[in-house]
Amino acid sequence: MKILLVVALTMLTPVISQAARPWLLPSQTVLARSGGWVAVDAAMADDLFSFNQGAMPLDSLAVVGPDGQPVAPQNLAKSRSRASFDLELRLAGTYRIAVADDAVMARWEEDGKPKRWRGTAAEMATGIPANATKLEVEQTQRRVETFVSVGSPSALKAVSGSGIELVPVQHPNDLYAHETAKFRFLVDGKPAKDLEVEVIAGGTRYRDSPDPQTFKTNQDGEIAITWPEAGMYWLEVSLEDEKATVPGVKTRRASYAATFEVLTQ
Amino acid sequence: MIRMSRVALVLALAACSGAAPAADLSLSVEIPQLPVAEYHRPYVAIWIEGADQSIAANLAVWYQLRGDHTKWLPDLRQWWRRGGRDLKVPADGLTGATRPVGQHLLKFDAAQAPLAALKPGQYAVVVEAVREVGGREAVRIPFEWPIKAAKRETSKGSKELGAVALSLNP
Repeated sequence: MKILLVVALTMLTPVISQAARPWLLPSQTVLARSGGWVAVDAAMADDLFSFNQGAMPLDSLAVVGPDGQPVAPQNLAKSRSRASFDLELRLAGTYRIAVADDAVMARWEEDGKPKRWRGTAAEMATGIPANATKLEVEQTQRRVETFVSVGSPSALKAVSGSGIELVPVQHPNDLYAHETAKFRFLVDGKPAKDLEVEVIAGGTRYRDSPDPQTFKTNQDGEIAITWPEAGMYWLEVSLEDEKATVPGVKTRRASYAATFEVLTQ
Repeated sequence: MIRMSRVALVLALAACSGAAPAADLSLSVEIPQLPVAEYHRPYVAIWIEGADQSIAANLAVWYQLRGDHTKWLPDLRQWWRRGGRDLKVPADGLTGATRPVGQHLLKFDAAQAPLAALKPGQYAVVVEAVREVGGREAVRIPFEWPIKAAKRETSKGSKELGAVALSLNP
């Protein structure tokens, strides 16, 4: 049984650690005041937004409504290449849909064989054996988001104070082609300078190159994006530093990815 | 005696309006006939846009009233963005059923809501139409407020809207 479990874990781990782009894709981002249903796909796939690689695990999915209360996802389903769920949105305002986790990843050698493990900080003691050699441990803080608004978009605030977060200056459901939007990024709750932000338009399969736009945050943690055309866009920013908060861990890797719909004029 | 005073009142009112005829803004909007297999009457929003593109006054919103079809109001995307999303529908004197193909005439008294609240400045009347399984189009006609001289401005849509005419009477 234990052997089986280990095998299962080692098979799972590469999928998680692979650098496939994580994204949430809502069926629509703007709803009339009467509200309604939105379907969301969740996948890890480099082609934006084709679910042709792997499903995104939704264990840490959290949807927060305009009143700050959680909204329960419905009809949750996981297929091989995508996970999906429905949301019933009745209150006017903005919903934050996020898959966010704070985990520890470890690599080591045991009896000359490479091993790896991923779990929470609390599980570390049991997850990593004492006789592990060439042990490398890092903390990973990941946040993948998208936003949907019923009626007028409502204000969004920082939620966790750890890892990378987006505090939009321009509301993410109020973006229009040929206009410029400002976004502010926080690291551990504070505006972060010199973060590299990459923005890629959807439909990458129909272009010769992904054509990312890259930005560097200024001293206020802000970037200004001018949207070349309407469509779905994917944004990613990540960092690696020595500010891990888990005892006994030095390296911290934080990442933030989000999907935005840019509307036509 | 009663009859006499009523006549007097009518005369007095007539004299009043003769001395200062009420200024008005009238608008003619054509919904064109389209050679399509599946036709649905368009949703239409008509409003006065301020210099900053905000909605200075909503004039009319036509959408399908039967059933819950407010779901499609965001497809009037310019109107939705500029303030339609803040409006509670149905709204008295503003929202109504979709209109058939043809000319539709709207008239607004400058001394009454919603025009009475307009501050002097540059504005535009915007007519936006969107049709199920069809397209979207917006037509803009700029004008200056208050009305100084009688004026008639026309414009024309290319697909979803026909002729649009704005008449200003001081």
